[in-house]
This record gives sequence, structure tokens and C-alpha cells, in this order.
Amino acid sequence: MVGGDVILSTSGLTKEFGGFTAVNGVDLQVKRGTIHALIGPNGAGKTTCFNLLTKFLAPTSGAIIYNGRDITREKPAEIARLGLVRSFQISAVFPQLSVLTNVRIALQRKRGDSFDFWRSEEVLRPLDEEAMRLLEAVGLSSFAALPAVELSYGRKRALEIATTLALDPEMMLLDEPMAGMGREDVERIEALIRKVAANRTILMVEHNLSVVASLSDRITVLARGQVLAEGDYAAVSTNPLVVEAYIGSGGGHAH
Amino acid sequence: MADLSVEAPAGGLALEETNRSTERLHKAIMIGIALSLLVAPFVLYPVFVMKVLCFALFALAFNLLLGYGGLLSFGHAAYFGMASYVSAYAAKIWGLDPALAIVAGTLVAALLGLVFGALAIRRQGIYFAMITLALSQMVFFFSLQTPQFTGGEDGIQAVPRGKLLGLIDLADDRTLYFVVAAIFMGGLLLIYRIIHSPFGQVCKAIRDNEPRAISLGYRANQYKLAVFVLSAGLAGLAGATKAIVFQLASLTDVHWSMSGEVVLMTLVGGLGTVFGPIVGALVIVSMQNYLAGLGSWVLVVQGVIFVVCVLLFREGIVGVIAKRIGKGL
Repeated sequence: MVGGDVILSTSGLTKEFGGFTAVNGVDLQVKRGTIHALIGPNGAGKTTCFNLLTKFLAPTSGAIIYNGRDITREKPAEIARLGLVRSFQISAVFPQLSVLTNVRIALQRKRGDSFDFWRSEEVLRPLDEEAMRLLEAVGLSSFAALPAVELSYGRKRALEIATTLALDPEMMLLDEPMAGMGREDVERIEALIRKVAANRTILMVEHNLSVVASLSDRITVLARGQVLAEGDYAAVSTNPLVVEAYIGSGGGHAH
Repeated sequence: MADLSVEAPAGGLALEETNRSTERLHKAIMIGIALSLLVAPFVLYPVFVMKVLCFALFALAFNLLLGYGGLLSFGHAAYFGMASYVSAYAAKIWGLDPALAIVAGTLVAALLGLVFGALAIRRQGIYFAMITLALSQMVFFFSLQTPQFTGGEDGIQAVPRGKLLGLIDLADDRTLYFVVAAIFMGGLLLIYRIIHSPFGQVCKAIRDNEPRAISLGYRANQYKLAVFVLSAGLAGLAGATKAIVFQLASLTDVHWSMSGEVVLMTLVGGLGTVFGPIVGALVIVSMQNYLAGLGSWVLVVQGVIFVVCVLLFREGIVGVIAKRIGKGL
């Protein structure tokens, strides 16, 4: 495979909004099988960078290579089909569908496209068992029949992870998985991420530095749209440039 | 605290249980509708019931798009009206069998839906609605400007009902009634199936959260277009049937107020419920019929009902009942 053990890489990735350059010539290399964190002070371009990688934004210039394939011009639905699946900052569930159906929607992808409007949903029944298994893995099996809208915030995030796992993605992109969570939920989701990372690659944007410290193998620090530093937590956290960037921007989010 | 209140009993079992009992209820309602359709022409004026059925099918088609696809079209009269013209023209000028005339109207509506839908789904929300409205206004002006096809202000009048498949004479109201009832029931069952198909599941997911559905690998625009075409085709089926029933296709059918009326019926009955649009159509058509003596005041009454509906029970009549009994209708 081209690129060796690098699963996702960018070169000169740039995004301009009007005259403002949110992401400026970012070269990123994510190694297969690692948990890679993207951090940086507010306005560093993390979320923009994330949206570029997941194709929800189109880059102004630069290239994105996934598994040796140029995905710079692909549409978001297409990269999901290649095994690169994202999560969202605000919990992304299908609120009016039941918890079980939420997961089943993802499992349904295995059938290919679902344009068969003349068939009964009974044909989806065989997927229920696997959906229940996934719900069990995230501790939601007793909520299967509930509309997703009625779940608590932390459980919605767990459901989102179960839904993403249903696709069995090769690589997961997590957009601030801990945003707005209480301490207990943070611990639960942290354990969950560690568990699912066992045979996958994960790239996450995260503000909670203690989570970043304990989870990630490698960290890339962004500031003003550019890569400021890269390395493991020990190297990055002692880097004077990083310390300055966090303090200089009015303090970071270290706990 | 909030978490405790939603502790559900053993999920899997409860799910089976709710699913089954809701399914049973839906089946019972379907049978109830079929039975009332059999009795109706002997109790009520058949032409009135046929009018209700045509509009109910129209509202069901609209609800498929808005309630299950999350797409608000302000121009559904275009498909209803164009199908009505095509069906009337085919039956009168070409002397086509009424069944073929209705099929022709339906297909033209679906085709129109394919073209308009492909343009409209490029935008979202209110912009989507405005594009559908603009396109349907173009259909209105086309109809106004081509009297050789539409009959202009007069419409296409005295459309022959003809003989169904060359055998069954539809001139008799009651005979025609059973054909219309069968078309309606077929449409209802088809829509029910669409909602409960693998395709319907994806549509509901896109309605609930489009970016998430895309991130799971669903090409959302293709699904939106598909549901748009299905809805336009079914609206066309309603319009084409209406032309045969009333032996008339006119500018009223393509006017924007017809698009508004179908929105009203769906909201009054219950948006996103399976049976709501039928109830909504029944209420609105009955009002127009029985309050006809009030003249233009009917519009005022309709407006008041609409406001009351939106203010007091936003889920619509069937939506409120569904909430009461805790089951999806």
C-alpha cells in the first residue's frame, strides 16, 4: 500500500474564508492504528481542519491522501464508504427514531443503497441482533425502544459511538468527543474510545487535555491555522512554543 | 434525575411489544378504512366521498414528502394540476381509456417531479420551498398561456369518464366510486409501505439529521430526489383521478392556493402521522362543502381553524390522538 503505515496524510492543506486563512499549509500524518489528537487554543483552526478532512468543507488548496488514495475532491458520503467516518461536536443522533433504529440505519449500509421502497422493513430484522450487541457494548441495551431524543446527553454520545461502530470504520474522526460532558460521562466515553481504538485509527479534536494526555499516542498542536508542534504528550506539553500559544491566547483548557 | 425517569424496562422485549401492538393497531385502522369505504357510497353522496378521497390521496402524497422526507414543498399543485390536465386531455382529445389517462397523468407528474426536484434539492429549508413555489408558478403561467392544451380560463370541460378497460362504464357515480376507492386504498397502502421500507428508514434519518446520515455514507440528495419523485407521482395520481371524477381540469388545480390547501389539510390532520392527512382532507373538504352557503367566509373560517390548529395542537388531530394513546399513528 502506498504511504506505508500512514493511513491519512495531508500536504499543504489550506482553507481561506474571504481574506481570512483559517488553515494554512497544514502537513499532517496519521499513523495506522494510533490515536492521534489535534489540539490548539480557540480559533487555531482545529474544527476547520476537521471539516476539511471529513469533506464537509472543500479546501482552497492542498491535498488529502487516505490509504494511498487522493480524496481531496471526494464528497462526504463517499469517504464514509471508504471507511473514514466522523462524529459531530453536538451529539448527532436521529432524534425521532428509536435507539435501536439509530444503530440499524448504520448497519443498513451493508446492504448497499436502500432505495427499495417497495420492500417491508421486515428485511431489516436480521440486523436487530447485531444492533442490540452494539448497544450492549456501550451500555444502552435497556433503552433500545426509546426515541433517541429522550436519552441524556452522555447517552446520546454513547449512541453516536455505537452508530459509528456499526459501520466498522477503518478510521474514526471524533470532533470533541468530551464536549459538554460531566466527569462520569467523560470517564465512560474515554474507556469506550480506548476500547474501540484497539483495531482502528482514531483522529480526534479535543479540548480536555487530561483526556488527550491519557488517550493519544501522538499530538499535533495547531495555532493560527498552522502546525506549531507535534509529538507525544510529554514532548508537546513542555514545548515552549505550545506553552506560549496557550497562555498567550488567554489560557488553555488544561485541568 | 432526568436519567432515572427514562429508565426503560428491558429494552429488547419492550421494543418487540410496542412494535407489534402498533402494527396491529395500524392493520385494524386499515381494515376499518376499507370497510367504511365499502359502506360510504350507500350513506353519503358518492361524488362528495370521491372528492374527499382524491384530496386525501393528495395530502398523503404531500405528507410523505414533508412528514417523512422533511422537505417542505410549496408547489405541489403543479403535480396535482398538471396530471389533471394530462389525464383530462388524454381522455377527451385522444379518447384514451380512463385507466390509461390516469396512468399518463401520474407519469407526467412524476417526470415533472424529477425535473423540479433535481433543481430544488440543491437548496435547503425556506430556499427549497421558494424554488418549488417559483417552479409551480411557472406551471401555472404555462397553463394560462397554452389554451390549446389546457383550455385556458375555461379549463378542459366535459371530460368523458369512459369505460374502464373498455368494459366497465364509469358514467354511474357508484361504479366510478369503487374504482376511485380502490385507487385511494392502493395509494394509501403504497405510502404505508414506503414509510416502513428500508428506503423509508433512510428518509426519516435524513429528515432527522442530514449531515449525520451523510457521514454514515448515505448520498442524501439521491434519497431526497427519490422521495420527491414518489410524492409528485402520487400527487399526480390524485389529480389525474380527480379530473376523471369531476370531468374537469382547470386552473384551480395548478393555482398556488391549491398548494396551500394541501399544506392546511396535512397540518390539521397531523404532519408526519400515517393517517392524519386523510382526516385533514375530510375536515377541510367537508367544511368547503357544508359551509359553501357562507360564500367567501369559508376562507375566513378555514383561516381561523388553521390558526387555532397551530396554536392549540400543533401535532394536528391525529397527532394529538397518537400522543394520548402513546402510539404512533
